[in-house]
Amino acid sequence: MTLIDSPPTDRADATGFPLVDEDPAHHRFRVHRSTMTSPEIFRDELERIFKHCWLYVGHESEVTNPGDYVRRPIAGRPVFMVRGVKSGTVHVFHNTCTHRGAVVCRQRSGNAKVFQCFYHAWTFDSEGQLKGVPDREAYGEKLDFDALALKSVARVESYRGFVFACFDPDVEDLVDYLAGAREYLDLIIDSADGEMEIIKGTNEYCIEANWKLLCENSIDGYHAVSTHDTYFKYLVALGTDLQGGVKGTAKDLGNGHAVLEYAAPWGRPIAKWEPLFGEHAKDEITALRADLVAKHGEERASRMADTNRNMLIYPNLVVNDIMAVTVRTFMPLAPDRMDITAWEMAPRGEQPQLRQRRLDSFLTFLGPAGFATPDDVEALESCQQGFNSGGVEWNDISRGMAREQRGNDEGQMRTFWRRWQQQMGPSSYGEIR
Amino acid sequence: MTATVPTVDLHTLGRSAVEDFLYREAALLDEWDLDGWFALFAEQLRYVVPCNDTPDGDPSQDLVLIDDNELRLRLRVERLNSRKAHREYPHSRTNHQIYNVVLGPVEDEQLSVTASFTVWRFRNGKSSYYVGRHHYRLVVERGELRIRSKRAVLDMTELRPAGDLAIIL
Repeated sequence: MTLIDSPPTDRADATGFPLVDEDPAHHRFRVHRSTMTSPEIFRDELERIFKHCWLYVGHESEVTNPGDYVRRPIAGRPVFMVRGVKSGTVHVFHNTCTHRGAVVCRQRSGNAKVFQCFYHAWTFDSEGQLKGVPDREAYGEKLDFDALALKSVARVESYRGFVFACFDPDVEDLVDYLAGAREYLDLIIDSADGEMEIIKGTNEYCIEANWKLLCENSIDGYHAVSTHDTYFKYLVALGTDLQGGVKGTAKDLGNGHAVLEYAAPWGRPIAKWEPLFGEHAKDEITALRADLVAKHGEERASRMADTNRNMLIYPNLVVNDIMAVTVRTFMPLAPDRMDITAWEMAPRGEQPQLRQRRLDSFLTFLGPAGFATPDDVEALESCQQGFNSGGVEWNDISRGMAREQRGNDEGQMRTFWRRWQQQMGPSSYGEIR
Repeated sequence: MTATVPTVDLHTLGRSAVEDFLYREAALLDEWDLDGWFALFAEQLRYVVPCNDTPDGDPSQDLVLIDDNELRLRLRVERLNSRKAHREYPHSRTNHQIYNVVLGPVEDEQLSVTASFTVWRFRNGKSSYYVGRHHYRLVVERGELRIRSKRAVLDMTELRPAGDLAIIL
C-alpha cells in the first residue's frame, strides 16, 4: 500500500483547514465533527480506507473441514470464505456468479463441494473453478473456464488463524501491516497453546452512529468508570474487590493500531480468579496460571494471566482480551450508521466447566444484551445526536498530552486519527466557511 | 375473612388460564414493573435468549445473548430500575404481544408452553421490533403459577433491525 510510507499529507493537494488539528506545543488535539457526519467524507473513507486496508473476514476455525464455508459482508460487499476441498486453502471469493451476477453462496454457512448459481446453473467448485455450464455447446469451443472462475478478493492472507482480505492488490503483506499488533495476537493465541476457535453464536447488532466512534470507544479507558457504573456494581454484588481499579498504559502499535494494556478488578478465564468463578475454580485457575509460567516465564505469563488488553487493529477490527476474548468488526453503512459483528474466541477443546465460566464472564459485560455494551451503544448514538445539534465544531481528544500517557488518556485515539488523516489525504481537509 | 391459598393444578390448567398469566407478565413488562415481573419467577429460574444465528444455541457451550440465572436476572432488573442503564434511561415504551399460545405436556411437574411474541420498542422517535417464539416451563410454587424458565428465540435473522437488546422480551 502506497499510503503507509508516504510522508504526511501534502498540503499542496488539499484545500481548506485540517480536520485533524494537532498542536503539541499547546497540548491541543481536536477532530472536526464533520468527520462524523459528512456524506462526502463517508464516501471518501470507503474509497481511501476500506479499499486499501486489510479487513478481517473470519477465523480459520469457522471453516475447519474441506468445503466448509461462511458468508460475510466486508466493507458492505457480500463475500464468502471457503476451505478448498482439494487444496485445503482458505479462499475468500466475491459472492457473485461470473456469468450474470447472482450470488452463488446463498446459505449463511455450511459445507459444500460445489456452489451452483441457481439462475442458470453454472457450477463452481470449492477452489472457485468453473466446472459446469448447462448447454455448453451454445458457447462454442472458446469458452475460457479459467477466466470465468469465481473471483477471489485481490489479496487474502491469514495470521495464526485470523483471515484478512484486501481489495488492493498492491497492499503490503499482512504481517507487515499488523506491525506491533502481531505480538498482541500472539499473546492471546499462545496463552491457549496455539489453538483458538470461534464459539458458535454471533452477535450481529447495529449502532446508529459513525463507525469511528466505535474505534474510539473500543480503546477508551476514560469512559469505563462513568459509563459502566452498573457493571462495576454487579462485580461488587458478586464479591469482587474494586480497590485496585483499572490501571495501565496505552501503546501505539504502528499503522494506526493501538492497544490498552491494564490491570482490572474482573476475573479472567486464563487465568485470574474472581468470586464469580466460584470457590471450586480456585485450584483449577491456579494450575492454569502455573502452567503458563512454566511455558512462558513469569513475565509473559503474568501478562497473559493478569492483564487485559483492548486492541484496535486499524481500521475496524477490535480484539479484546478482557473478561473473555472477543473479536469484533464493524462496517460503516452511512455516516451515522454501522453494523457490528462480534464473536467470542476460546481455546479449542476447552474443558466444559472452563468454557461455561468463560461464556458467563463474557455475558456479564459484553454483547448487545450484556450489562455494559448497550450503554456504549447509547453513548455513541448520543454523540451522533449531539453532533447534529451543531454550534460546537470540534471534538477534543487531547487528554494526557500534558503528561506521560496513561491507560485512561487519549493517546491511542490520536494514533488512530493520525493514520486516518494520512490515509484520507486531501479528503482530510475541510472547507473554510 | 380467612385468606384462601390459591391452588393451581398444572394437569387441568386450560389455555385461557395460561394466556391470562402470560398477558399479566406482558403487562408488568410494559408498565416497567420489573420487580413485579421478577416475582413471577420460581426458584432456580433461567431466562435465555440465543443469538439470532443460533436459535438452538446451548448456553453451556455456545454464545448466547442472555443467559440469566436468579442472581444475574435480579441484577439485570436492578440495573434497569436504576438510572444508570443508559440505553434504557429514559425507558423505552414497549408493547409485548403474545399469541399462538400452545400448551405442551406436563413433565416433572413442569408445564411446557410455547407462544409467539412481537415486542415493539419505541424510544427517541425510533421504533423497533423483536419477533420470535417463547418457550416456557411453568411450575406451581406455593400454590401459584410461576416461571421456571423462559427461552425467547428470535425469528429475525439478525438483531440489527432492532439495534440492541437492552429491554426484556
